[in-house]
Amino acid sequence: MEIPLPLPDDDTRPFWEGCRRRELLMQRCAACGRFRFTPRHLCPSCRSQRCEWVPVSGRGTVYSRVICHPPVLPAFAPRAPYAVVLVELEEDATLRMLGNVLDCPPEEIEIGMPVQVDFQQLTDEITLPQWRRAS
Amino acid sequence: MHLSEKAAIVGIGQSEFSKNIGRSERSIALEAIGLALEDAGVTADEVDGLVRFDLESSTEVEIAYNLGIPNLRFFAEAGYGGGGGCATLALAAMAVETGRADVVVCWRARNRGSGGRPWAGTRMQVGGDQQFYIPFGLVRPVDQIAMLAARHMFEFGTTVEQFGAVAVACRKHAQRNPRAMMRAPMTLEDHRNSRTISEPLRKLDCCLETDGALAVVITSAGRARDLRQPSVAILAAVQGSGPEHVVMANYHKEPFLETPSFYAARELWRQSGVGPDDIDCAQFYDAFTPLVTISLEEYGFCKPGEGGPFSENGRLEWPDGQLPTNTSGGGLSEAYVHGFNLILEGVRQARGTSTSQVEDAELCLVTSGGGVPTSAAVLART
Repeated sequence: MEIPLPLPDDDTRPFWEGCRRRELLMQRCAACGRFRFTPRHLCPSCRSQRCEWVPVSGRGTVYSRVICHPPVLPAFAPRAPYAVVLVELEEDATLRMLGNVLDCPPEEIEIGMPVQVDFQQLTDEITLPQWRRAS
Repeated sequence: MHLSEKAAIVGIGQSEFSKNIGRSERSIALEAIGLALEDAGVTADEVDGLVRFDLESSTEVEIAYNLGIPNLRFFAEAGYGGGGGCATLALAAMAVETGRADVVVCWRARNRGSGGRPWAGTRMQVGGDQQFYIPFGLVRPVDQIAMLAARHMFEFGTTVEQFGAVAVACRKHAQRNPRAMMRAPMTLEDHRNSRTISEPLRKLDCCLETDGALAVVITSAGRARDLRQPSVAILAAVQGSGPEHVVMANYHKEPFLETPSFYAARELWRQSGVGPDDIDCAQFYDAFTPLVTISLEEYGFCKPGEGGPFSENGRLEWPDGQLPTNTSGGGLSEAYVHGFNLILEGVRQARGTSTSQVEDAELCLVTSGGGVPTSAAVLART
């Protein structure tokens, strides 16, 4: 069953277009250099509209994780129980992304576990950033 | 502003709480509002203000149309789901204290027991903030709060039993409350053995699914003195959100575990002129047990990270606990109506009519939604 897909908007489209090319891009203020995620129109520090999209390492650690048991949305039921992780990127503590660890059973995922980004193509337009266990 | 100038809650009313009440949200809203006006001893002709939740299915105008309110001169709505509870009081009190309205009714009516789970209606394309969490399966409110709970356990060593202690305290209070939906005894073992919903959270960490409606009537202190019930002053009612907030997935700022409650608390103590040591009992928003754990810390009843241990050893339990909490049973065991039942229980404590009445209660804290832009109030016996 198909899962709900992201609906990119003007502020988030560069992120999703990067994922489609299997590149993890983060938004950075072109005026003060501050990273920000999730994407938004203005820099919350200096209020500049100017931003750049910067490739990042894709290395991070699991900052928190939950394991979702039924009842869940029917689209996710075939994979339940499944883990959702919050990954903190090594570039900045506020760059935290939700995702799934593709190569690890839910109960083996621990907070602090190193992970590396991978990409999961769902449609021609949408590729999700996902995670694999790293050493 | 002196207590004698503060707006006051002068009437409360509610429908029954039920899994399936069999009537429309509008019908039970009108029942609760009617009972609150009767409790206060004022008529609908005198009402000139209405404040609703923005998720409410009936508009202010529809309520006024039914009640025959001659002229609404103040109407407003509070946002962010359960975060809006005490915000309705804040808006009503501001209106009354600035002369924009004389008699304001605030209410919440919700058929969440029979009406289905909002997340079950998730669309197949998700925009806004949701595009960054729904596609990964972080769909239900319980998942979004469990993400905070798991980190709290990791950072501070908070345990399943400490979350369970919150649920057990609520259940003990519900057992004394004939209105409460869940009155069977519950132990820490029952809590631990209840099925996992979103690890680390179990079924008994989650609030109930309720059909029900509640309402309050608010007027000036001067008018309140002439009315039927002992009036309960709104010593302060405030809102807070904090920096760089993402609703329900507030994960992208530092410190991670700081929630909007921290900011609501700071504002509440500043505006009320009292502090946590002055509070006689608390009604904490408890859609999920960890929200109480975190609120204990952020409202200043214990240090950051100590909400777990604070919950233990009966500290939250009536009558002997240090801070009797959710004395009607709260969202976990009385009813879950977006936390509005917590407001009515705060009023009952200040009136001296709770089924788990704290002796000589003068000041009661009431808080609203966790993980969302929120609100809080201190209610005072007059």
